[in-house]
Amino acid sequence: MQFGIFSVGDVTTDPTTGRTPTEHERIKAMIEIALKAEEVGLDVFATGEHHNPPFVPSSPTTMLGYIAARTDRIVLSTATTLITTNDPVKIAEDYAFLQHIADGRVDLMMGRGNTGPVYPWFGYDIREGIPMALEHYNLLHRLWREDVVNWEGKFRTPLQGFTATPRPLDGVPPFVWHGSIRSPEIAEQAAYYGDGFFHNNIFWPATHTKKLIALYRRRYEHYGHGKADQAIVGLGGQVFMRKNSQDAVREFRPYFDHAPVYGGGPSLEEFTRETPLTVGSPQQVIDRTLTFREMFGDYQRQLFLMDHAGLPLKTVLEQLDLLGEEVVPVLRKEFAANRPAHVPDAPTHASMLAAKRAGDHNEENTEVRE
Amino acid sequence: MTVRRIVTVSAGLSTPSSSRLLADRLTAATERALGDRGIRAQVRTVELRELAHDVMNAMVTQVPTGELPGVLSDVAEADGIIAVTPVFNASYSGLFKSFFDVVEQGALDSVPVLVGATGGSPRHSLVLEHALRPMFSYARALVVPTGVYAASEDWGSGEEGARELNERIERAGRQLALLAADHEQRAEDPYDEPVAFADLMSGLGT
Repeated sequence: MQFGIFSVGDVTTDPTTGRTPTEHERIKAMIEIALKAEEVGLDVFATGEHHNPPFVPSSPTTMLGYIAARTDRIVLSTATTLITTNDPVKIAEDYAFLQHIADGRVDLMMGRGNTGPVYPWFGYDIREGIPMALEHYNLLHRLWREDVVNWEGKFRTPLQGFTATPRPLDGVPPFVWHGSIRSPEIAEQAAYYGDGFFHNNIFWPATHTKKLIALYRRRYEHYGHGKADQAIVGLGGQVFMRKNSQDAVREFRPYFDHAPVYGGGPSLEEFTRETPLTVGSPQQVIDRTLTFREMFGDYQRQLFLMDHAGLPLKTVLEQLDLLGEEVVPVLRKEFAANRPAHVPDAPTHASMLAAKRAGDHNEENTEVRE
Repeated sequence: MTVRRIVTVSAGLSTPSSSRLLADRLTAATERALGDRGIRAQVRTVELRELAHDVMNAMVTQVPTGELPGVLSDVAEADGIIAVTPVFNASYSGLFKSFFDVVEQGALDSVPVLVGATGGSPRHSLVLEHALRPMFSYARALVVPTGVYAASEDWGSGEEGARELNERIERAGRQLALLAADHEQRAEDPYDEPVAFADLMSGLGT
């Protein structure tokens, strides 16, 4: 099981000081946070992609390429890559290139993006988000797997004799997760390809998340990729910790009350009751996160949102220390216990390469026998 | 015995409110008219005042809190809806609009709706036609032809006035019952029975 963090990359005023970081400071902070994630033993760092203020990460592969050079182990990912408004040809090239730089430590999470004006800014229409995500991904999937592609579709100019370069590292395309919080079409898409499905459940009650994940698992089995409980599931989480849970609540409350996403809405108490947000001691975070398995089955990737709502960098780094030292080691042990042997880990470049080599080897043997 | 689910929504703020009074009478008329057809009405009456904070929570964060998720799923599964609002500033109340703003898009598609409103003066009776009916038409609901507006004076009018209001209530209830009786529950839950990938891709480049 993989544990990591995902960042939205928002530039938000710290409500306790009134200070707003510059874009430069925020970008540097995101990088420092990613490096810290590796240092404290996390498995994944994922960045958002946005094309409007107050968000800074408009160029994920630039950021991830830099982080790749300064890390050795952590998997670099996205949360999410806009499969709608980005050209799938450019995604194929950018992320294959990143894969080479990072020696395979790359995967992606596809998302549609829910900011209305971004679509027309890139020449698209939000009402066509689903078909666009389906068509663009289908093309991306081919570009990484076929050396020469002839293609014609609805949302992009046709391609004749096109080869996306560089080719994926070792002929193994990056693993793809599809993120969606409410669209059965996207769960169906993930299941069809045998890709991962990520539910960013941080604003959603468990009953809703459960339905969508159950659908993905059922259809994953339907399309013959394995048993439903072998489907590749990822979940979001959102935590703020201090040794003493009252301290955590006291410190986090002003950030909660003023956060762009939930400020002015439910109280911190309501929100922690209805959604996975956990504000308290490391033990409370452990207990809460373990309930995810009870609700959604054994899963493969847990990402936490840690650096948002104007929290200062220093605080975020302290949070990562707590996450890496006190929470994740216990979660690893607890999740590993009682995990059925047939439930796979999330695919990595190494595991997919090994599977590919085993497959090639079997084909050769078959040919010899014939 | 056949059952039809009716959800009555009242946006009245005082207790008792005239909106609730009207809502109850419309509900009773609908129950009688369904009863005449051998159909039992299963009614849930919702006072929006009690949900006000939850409606605002859902509005600003999309997180449904408290009783709201249960109410929204009852609305989505209703065979008929009775929606009554007081008139504020020449239109429906903000709470009434906000509640229907957080109802899932498509949830009211082809659902029979009976609209009602109450106000201090009869001069606002057309609020049914210029505010409520267009809103529900936008939501693709089937708004029954008779809407019922009750001004303060209607509650104390003499026999003739009372008879007019009563007749209107009965007619509106009959019309809602007529549509609710034939209302078919929408097709499968898309989370239970998704559109297959091949169908999703039809017409797209592959």
